[in-house]
Amino acid sequence: MARVQMTVDGIRYDDEVEPRLLLVHYLRDRLGLVGTPVGCDTSNCGSCTVLLDKRSAKSCTVLAVQADGAQITTIQGLADGEWHPMQQAFKETHALQCGYCTPGMILAAVDLLQENPTPSDEEIRHGLEGNLCRCTGYQNIVTAVRTAAAEMGTQA
Amino acid sequence: MTEKVDTSGIEDQVIDSGELGTPDASPQIGQGRKRKEDAKLVTGQTTWTDNIMFPGMLHFAVLRSPMAHARISRVDVRPALDRPGVHAAFSGADLAAELGSLPCAWPVTTDMVAPAHPPIATDEVRYVGDAVAVVVARDRYAAADALEAIEVDYDPLPAVTDMEEALKDEVLVHADKGTNRCFVWPMESGEVDAAFDGAPVVVQRRFIQQRLIPTAMEPRAVVVAPIAAAEEFTLYSATQIPHVLRVMLALTTGIPEQKIRVVAPDVGGGFGSKLDVYAEEVIAMILAKRLGRPVKWTESRSEGYQTTIHGRDQIQDIAIAADRDGRIRGLKVDIKADMGAYLQLITPGIPLLGAQMFPGIYKMDAYRFTCTGVFTTKTPTDAYRGAGRPEATFAIERIMDELAVELGMDPVELRRRNWIRHEEFPYTTIAGHTYDTGDYEAATDKALALFDYDGLRREQQQRRDRRDPVQLGIGVSTYTEACGWAPSRILGSLSYAGGGWERASIRMLPTGKVEVVTGTTPHGQGHVTCWSQIAADALGVPFEDVEVIHGDTRSSPMGWDTYGSRSVSVGGVAVHKAAERVIEKARTMAAHLLEASEDDIEFDKGTFRVKGSPEATKTIQELALATFAAHDFPTDFEPNINADYVYDPENFSYPHGTHLCAVEVDTETGFPTIRSYVCVDDVGTVINPMIVEGQIHGGIAQGIGQALFEEAIYDAAGNLVTGTMVDYLVPSAADLPSFVTDRTETPATSNPLGVKGAGEAGAIAATPAVVNAVIDAIRHLGVTDVRMPCTPERVWRALQDGSDGGDRAAGGTVAYGGAQTATTAGGAQ
Repeated sequence: MARVQMTVDGIRYDDEVEPRLLLVHYLRDRLGLVGTPVGCDTSNCGSCTVLLDKRSAKSCTVLAVQADGAQITTIQGLADGEWHPMQQAFKETHALQCGYCTPGMILAAVDLLQENPTPSDEEIRHGLEGNLCRCTGYQNIVTAVRTAAAEMGTQA
Repeated sequence: MTEKVDTSGIEDQVIDSGELGTPDASPQIGQGRKRKEDAKLVTGQTTWTDNIMFPGMLHFAVLRSPMAHARISRVDVRPALDRPGVHAAFSGADLAAELGSLPCAWPVTTDMVAPAHPPIATDEVRYVGDAVAVVVARDRYAAADALEAIEVDYDPLPAVTDMEEALKDEVLVHADKGTNRCFVWPMESGEVDAAFDGAPVVVQRRFIQQRLIPTAMEPRAVVVAPIAAAEEFTLYSATQIPHVLRVMLALTTGIPEQKIRVVAPDVGGGFGSKLDVYAEEVIAMILAKRLGRPVKWTESRSEGYQTTIHGRDQIQDIAIAADRDGRIRGLKVDIKADMGAYLQLITPGIPLLGAQMFPGIYKMDAYRFTCTGVFTTKTPTDAYRGAGRPEATFAIERIMDELAVELGMDPVELRRRNWIRHEEFPYTTIAGHTYDTGDYEAATDKALALFDYDGLRREQQQRRDRRDPVQLGIGVSTYTEACGWAPSRILGSLSYAGGGWERASIRMLPTGKVEVVTGTTPHGQGHVTCWSQIAADALGVPFEDVEVIHGDTRSSPMGWDTYGSRSVSVGGVAVHKAAERVIEKARTMAAHLLEASEDDIEFDKGTFRVKGSPEATKTIQELALATFAAHDFPTDFEPNINADYVYDPENFSYPHGTHLCAVEVDTETGFPTIRSYVCVDDVGTVINPMIVEGQIHGGIAQGIGQALFEEAIYDAAGNLVTGTMVDYLVPSAADLPSFVTDRTETPATSNPLGVKGAGEAGAIAATPAVVNAVIDAIRHLGVTDVRMPCTPERVWRALQDGSDGGDRAAGGTVAYGGAQTATTAGGAQ
């Protein structure tokens, strides 16, 4: 067993974990943060994306021990009193249907805008290439990210 | 002990507190209301099955066959019991008596070969992934570890992955059945031989519908929570069909139906893959029964790729006969459909869902169809978005383009000469379906204009003239589909075991709010929002005041669930009809309280009025409260304005549309790029245009996936080569274009809402539009077909040698005769 300490959605945790425990299973099974789902076992789908020290990371590709000392934001901690503009934009533009990919898609998109606050549609599509959605055909997701970018640009 | 409850004054109290809702006259149907579903989904407050935990819950893992076909000579689970955290381990033989055989609900012919389908194999495995043993442990890691300790000896048997090989019956998937032929299902209408004999033009083609993996983003999962002492079980499953599943679990396990509750919590997509009764659902029931503890199983994605049903997988031999002016004389279709190793819930019926749809929107004199179901040592197939109809639409729309080339005619003009004109509806097709309404002219004309069809044709010619290395192709697909499964009498005539009605129940709450209970089971479609719109309009209550309850056999006791684009045209109509019953009951109460004759009570947008006395009114909310208190109601009136309705549709519904795709093909690399995509769909009355557009987008994406990217490939030994998301290419945002969508609205006449269904349209229409465009781009270079998916490699190969691009599988294991297409002009075949 290994000791890990991390802050998840603003709460500090000190735990003993098996070294092989995936971060996503630590979040889901140990902390009960089941808002972060698992969609594959090859790091292709991005459903499990979280922000790890503010950068998007697929939490099925990270061991809990590798996240020792990290600050993690899951979809359940993204809203700060009110919804993040990205959450709002996803709803407003119908960028989700079943919603399984949505937590990962939203967090990947938040990171995308940190890097590039005014992306073109082409840049959005390539920036979200690592997150798969089977319902929407992505068109409304692109619109949502563009909408959120405009909203966040206005706020800034 | 009884206690008299004093309810006097409750009406006044509630009204005074301002809690009672008021009527809302604003129309809801047709509005793009934002979805009620989204709040939980964008904040992670969802209840996926894998999120469900119970105290003392155990996890099980399944040991799966690494061989496509083998005799099991020994299974020893005892070593697994020594591993830490392991509670139990079982072989197939240990549980065989309780597990029974997985059901197939569709015996398509009286002599259909229906082999036993044990949830855990006992003596023989028949595809890679077939279950062999289970381990139950304290957590998923411990269960997975312990699987490695189980000892299994296999005596290998030959695999057979190619349908034509399988039909030789040299390698038998089920030796006791003596054949790999599951069924042969013929139909014929009109004088087929006469239509083909002497036909000036006959075009014959072989098309391959590759095998696809549905890939709902949420993997399958199941949890069973038992109350051991009462022998009661609650099963939570990532399923599209909680109601069907409950019946089937009872029949399969022998556990009495009334002791089983099935819940489909939040379900993350299905596309048909969760329209099934799976081994793990039955295993979970039996393990919970044996151990008296809650149990959970969640598939890994690569496990799901082997064990969750696959889709499509047909060899289609199709011939069309026409006159020189393009008029279609007849159509002959002979398909072989891969069942996989076993029959799942409706496996044999899937290709037959397309049987009546090969003629599409066209008039013709004669039609012959034969389908042969074939067993192979591969994962079972079953419904995947469109289920039978994409296959039919692909074949007819592809061969219409081939016929147009043969005739030297524009492909749109050829379609125009043959389709059912709008004034000819209702029209009974050669295949026997009666299409109620449609306007193919309007949808096509609108699509052509949006697409700039003439401009793109000019550019295509210019590129050809200047021998541009990047060539342009235009693909056309004018489709219809049969939605709204289904009139129960028709299902019965097709030997389907189930019905096709849908139920809705409307509960008027004392505070004037409304609960709609539906038998449909959404998994991303937005039923909560749309059913709220339907109920709000019918009852005249605010959209926000309606709650929709679904997916739990305890709170929604009756239904046939969600698949086949049936939800709105059957379930949505049931909501509307139940609301009408509420109004009729409330009318009686209103007449009584307003001291008027029922005949003099008018209802409009939530308010009942006495004719000629506009000030004498009762709102629907006031009547709900008055009925709840029941202080004053008519003699012989049951004090209840809640109502149920079971709606059985009189006919299918027939959405249609025109999809146009422009593809650029780099002739040096073979790389196809979609340049533009335009569609005009007619799904009848639209409840929520935002949601319909989303359904169309997603369907097109899956249709493009089949055309350009996706293929489940097996090697000669029967291994699934594309067994993970690394190898099976689900398109990403970077792989897809934006779509231009528009619509025409020709209301269905077969139901009072005029709705038709929108869930599968895109997936049905897109695939032939894209493939037609790819081929159109390079036909002048000698290419007449490219096998799906039209990968750059295949397109490049086709450009080199005029073939269809050949096989993708290493070693060419699933050849199906490759490019054996033939065009016969000017004579009989």
